[in-house]
Amino acid sequence: MTVRELIDRLDMDMRNNGNTEAVINGCYASDMLSDVLANGKEGNIWITRQTHPNVAAVAAIKGLAGIIVTGGKQIDAETLEKAEAEFIPVMSTSLQTYEMVGMVYNLLLKNEVR
Amino acid sequence: MSSGEKREDTDGAVNGGQHIYFPLNGGDFSDAGAGSKSLRCELAALGVPAQLIRRAAICSFEAEINVIIHAVAGSLRYSIEGETLTITVTDMGPGIKDVGLAMKEGYTTAPVWAREFGWGSGMGLPNIKKNADALSIDSVPGEGTTLEITINLKTPQLNARQE
Repeated sequence: MTVRELIDRLDMDMRNNGNTEAVINGCYASDMLSDVLANGKEGNIWITRQTHPNVAAVAAIKGLAGIIVTGGKQIDAETLEKAEAEFIPVMSTSLQTYEMVGMVYNLLLKNEVR
Repeated sequence: MSSGEKREDTDGAVNGGQHIYFPLNGGDFSDAGAGSKSLRCELAALGVPAQLIRRAAICSFEAEINVIIHAVAGSLRYSIEGETLTITVTDMGPGIKDVGLAMKEGYTTAPVWAREFGWGSGMGLPNIKKNADALSIDSVPGEGTTLEITINLKTPQLNARQE
């Protein structure tokens, strides 16, 4: 499943011009950045409530497919720019992490990628 | 010179290699990652495999973040000589009283403001150790800390660590 296909199926908004053709091979949900550096996998979509520019750097280092910010949180403009410079799409949703993780989990399961 | 600007100096460089230098300011997360990004680009240009670049970037980024959280100021410097990448991160911080404890995953002395940014989970130094081929920590309480991280750019068998 690509980021574009995920956006089409879930209640979230594109916030920058990242690569939406990136293929998602799984998901990692965490608000601790060292945890994502340690355990996130290349191609994962990252679900978090963190919004500051370090988020873009973490996603770039790990080669993540995209970032979904939950809880309707305002995202720093610098975060969106830095992510875009690395072709990483950033989405936002008013849903909380628990709900978004559940939906992404089900969609990825149906697509038989994890 | 503001934080995040790249400075090149050839002082002490071997084989005509350059030491790339980035200043770091305590408490300022906004410039974190400038050194790591430069390093990633440099390694990619040299054709270093993605998994090795990732390991190097995790080490350098975690080390940058440590300086920003704990120290007044510091710097990140890296050099590539032959097949060896050396990242040296030095700071004028409080020093590490018990290095053994600091290496233990989950142990942290990070303040609340750092945790609100999603840092300070006590995984920084363990992440560096896990991804480096060698790590030396030279710390004097009350004076500062210097980390020397070495990564062998020709060790594909270690790439599996990040899988």
